[in-house]
Amino acid sequence: MGWVRNLQRELFTKGGVHPPSNKIAATVKIFPGPYPETVIIPLSQHIGAPCEPLVEIHDRVLIGQKIGDSEAYVSAPVHSSVSGEVTGIIGYHHPTGTEVRSVQILSDGMNEVHPSVEPPGDPMEMTPQQIRKHIREGGIVGLGGATFPTHVKLAPPEGKQIELVIINGAECEPYLTGDHRMMVERGEDIIVGARVIERAVGAERIVVAIERNKPDAITLMRELGAEHGFEVAVLPARYPMGSEKTLIKGITGKEVPSGGLPMDVGVVVDNVGTAAAIYDLFYEGMPLVDRVLTVAGDGVAGHANLRIKVGTLVRDVIDFCGGLVGEPGKAILGGPMMGLAQYTTSVPVIKGTSGIVVLRGETVWHREPAHFVCIRCGRCVRHCPMNLMPYLMGSYSDAGMWEELGPLNIDDCVECGCCAYTCPTKNPLVQLIKVGKEGLARQQRKMEELAEEWEEA
Amino acid sequence: MAGKKPGREVESVEPGEEPRLFHIGVSPHIRGKHTTTSIMRWVIAALLPLTAYGVYIGGTDALVVVLMSVVGAVATEAVIQKLRHLPVSIGDLSAVVTGLLLALTLPPGLPFWMPLLGGVVAIALGKQVFGGLGHNIFNPALVGRAVLFISWSEYMTTSWLVNPQAAAVQTSAIKSINAVTSATPLATMGNVRDGELALEASRYCGSLLFGNPWGCIGEVSALLILAGLVVLLIKGLVYWGIPVGYVGTVVALSWVLGMDPLFAALSGGLLLGACFMATDYVTNPMTARGKLVFAVGCGIITVVLRFYSNLPEGVMFAILVMNGFTPLIDRYITPRPYGHKGLVKKV
Ligand code: SF4
Ligand code: SF4
Repeated sequence: MGWVRNLQRELFTKGGVHPPSNKIAATVKIFPGPYPETVIIPLSQHIGAPCEPLVEIHDRVLIGQKIGDSEAYVSAPVHSSVSGEVTGIIGYHHPTGTEVRSVQILSDGMNEVHPSVEPPGDPMEMTPQQIRKHIREGGIVGLGGATFPTHVKLAPPEGKQIELVIINGAECEPYLTGDHRMMVERGEDIIVGARVIERAVGAERIVVAIERNKPDAITLMRELGAEHGFEVAVLPARYPMGSEKTLIKGITGKEVPSGGLPMDVGVVVDNVGTAAAIYDLFYEGMPLVDRVLTVAGDGVAGHANLRIKVGTLVRDVIDFCGGLVGEPGKAILGGPMMGLAQYTTSVPVIKGTSGIVVLRGETVWHREPAHFVCIRCGRCVRHCPMNLMPYLMGSYSDAGMWEELGPLNIDDCVECGCCAYTCPTKNPLVQLIKVGKEGLARQQRKMEELAEEWEEA
Repeated sequence: MAGKKPGREVESVEPGEEPRLFHIGVSPHIRGKHTTTSIMRWVIAALLPLTAYGVYIGGTDALVVVLMSVVGAVATEAVIQKLRHLPVSIGDLSAVVTGLLLALTLPPGLPFWMPLLGGVVAIALGKQVFGGLGHNIFNPALVGRAVLFISWSEYMTTSWLVNPQAAAVQTSAIKSINAVTSATPLATMGNVRDGELALEASRYCGSLLFGNPWGCIGEVSALLILAGLVVLLIKGLVYWGIPVGYVGTVVALSWVLGMDPLFAALSGGLLLGACFMATDYVTNPMTARGKLVFAVGCGIITVVLRFYSNLPEGVMFAILVMNGFTPLIDRYITPRPYGHKGLVKKV
C-alpha cells in the first residue's frame, strides 16, 4: 500500500498547541484500584441507545454478569464489575452532567466470577461477524473517551474496504499516562487485540501511533513490531495529535471527508485500551468491567495509573490516592483539554473515563471576558487543526447569528480546544462553538418545519 | 469512606444532596499563558532598544516626542472609555504600543503639542471611533501620523535639521552626500529620480544599517528594528510572511525598476513599517495566505508611491491602503477546512 506516508519521516499536520504535558505518572506502574464497597453502574456509558436493566433489586450478581442490554444496534451492554447484591436501580449523577438510570450494587467482597466468563474460542478461527458479536456481548466501546460501540466501528458497510488499522497510543492530553503504561506493560496483549480488530475488518496492515514523548513505549513497540510484523508511527508531541482525524491525516496523508467516518478513507482507529480490552475478552473471557485510568493534577495528593472497576465512585479513587490537596478548582474526567468538569466527585467511573484530573483553583481559573473580545491576533486560526475560523464562529455565536455558522463549517469542529487554549483574550471559544452548533441545529429544524407547513398549506 | 477530608461533606451516596464542591465549565480547562497584556509587553520590549537608541541620537527632543505621544494615546483611551462608561482598559498596554509606534515614525524636534495631538488622534480617530481594540480597520499609529503628515508636512520632513545634536551626528554623512537640500534620501530619489545619486546614496547604506541619522526616531538603526522583529518571531507573536513578503516585494520591484535594492530596503521607514506596522494584529488578515497577499500588496503600493508620485515615501499610505483591503482579503481568502475539497469561500 503506497498510501501510508513514510513512517520514518517526521509526520506533519497543521495546527495544534503545546500545553505543558505534566505526564508525572508516566513512570508509575499500573496498580489495581480501590476495592469499592458500592458500585454505581450507569446503564448508558456509550454513544447510542441506553440499556434496559436485566436485574432487579435484591438480585445477587457476579463479576462479568450482564446487567443491562438494549435491542438497538448502536448500543453496548453493561456488566457487573463486582459480586454482590443489587441495592437499587436509581437515577444517578453521570459524568456527562445528566442523571442516568444506574444499577447500584453493594459488593460482598467475594469476587465471584460469573460462569459466562469464559474465552469464546480462538478469534482467529472466527468470521468477522462472530468476532463483532462477541465484541458487542463484551460491552466493548472506544476507551479513548469517545465510547462509540466498537462492534459498530468494526462493521464497514458493503463495498467499503478497510486497509489499515491504526492503534492509537498517541495520548496527547496532558497528565494522562494510562495508554503509555498499557503499551509498556501490555504491549503484546495490545497487538493480539489489534490482530483481532484487523481480522474483524479485513485489513492487512497495523500501525501503532505513539507520540515522540514516550521513548520507552516506542522502543518496546518497535521491538514487538519487528517480531509480529506491524509498524510504529512516531508522531510529534503536539496536542491534538491523537484526535482521530488529525491522526489519520498524519499517518496516511488523507483527510476524512466532512461528515464522514475514518472508514471512508479505508482506516479504522482504535485506542490501545480498546485493543487490550478485546484481548481480555477473547483470551480471558472477561467483558469490559474495568479500565486503566490516570489520577493526576495538582489538586490530588498522589499521581497514579490505576485499574479501576467500572462504577467505582470518583471520590473513592481520589481518597485512594491520598485525597484532595489545596483549594479545589476543577475535578475533570478525562484530560484537561477535552475532559468534562464535574461539580461533585460522587460520579461513577465509566468505560470512557481515561483519567481523573483534579486541578487547583489557581490552575483553572481564567479571567474570561464577559463578551467576546477579539484582537484579531489570528492565533486561533493558526492553531485550529481542522482549519476553521474559530474567531468568526465565536463572534457570530456570541451574537446569536446562527445562520452565519453553517457556511463556516462549524459542524466540522472537533472541540479540541486549541483555539480557546491559545486565545490571548481568553474567549471561551469551545463553549461558544458548542452553543453555536446547537443554535444552528435548532434553526435548521425550525426552517424544515416551516418548509413543511408551507408545503401543506 | 477512608481518607475523607474533614470539613468536606462528600459522604452522601444519594444524588442531589451534595454541596457544590468543584467548579464546572466547558473545556479546555487549562489555557495558554499569553494574554493581550503579555503580548503588548513583548511588543514594547521589542521596540525598547530601538526607542532608546533613537532617543540617544535625537536627545531630549526625541524623548519629548516619545513621551508626549504615549501620554496622548493612553490618556485619550482612558478618557473616551470613561465617557462611554466602559471599563478602562489601558492596563492592556495596547494604547502604549500605539503611542510608541507613532513616536517612532515622527522626527525629533517637533513642538511638544504635535506628538501629543498625534497620540490623541491615533486613539480617538484610529481606534475608539470604530469601537476600541479589535474593531479598528486602520492602524491607529499610522492614522495619527497621516493626520500630522497631511496637516503639517513641512514639520514632518525637515524638523530634524533644526536639532543640533542630531545634526552633529549627521555631519559626516551629510558631507559625503550632496543632498542636504532634501530631507531624506528618499526625497532625493523621488524628486531628482537620479539613478546615480541614489546609487551614491547606497554607499551609505552601511550607516543606514548601523545607525542612520536621517529622518524619524524609529529609523535610526535597521539592525535594532530587525532585532526587535527577531524577538517577536521567536515568541511566535508575528507571522514571518508579512515582513519578509513586504520587504521582499519592495526589493524585487526596486531592482526591476533599476534602483539599488539594498537602499530601497533600508530607507524610508520600510523596515519599521514592515516589522511593526504591517504586523499589527487588528489591521492585517487572519490567515497566513491572506497575510502574504497583504504584504505583497503593501510592497507594490510602496514602490509605486516611491517611484511615481510626489510623496517622499509610500510606506505609511501603502499600509493604510492595504488595511482598508483587509476585510476583503479575509472574506475571500479563507483556509480550506479539513475534510473539504477545494476552497470554501462563503463567509
Ligand atoms: S475550532 Fe474546533 S477544531 Fe478548531 S481549534 Fe477550536 S475547538 Fe479545535
Ligand atoms: S485567538 Fe482570540 S483574540 Fe486571537 S483571533 Fe482568535 S478569538 Fe481573536
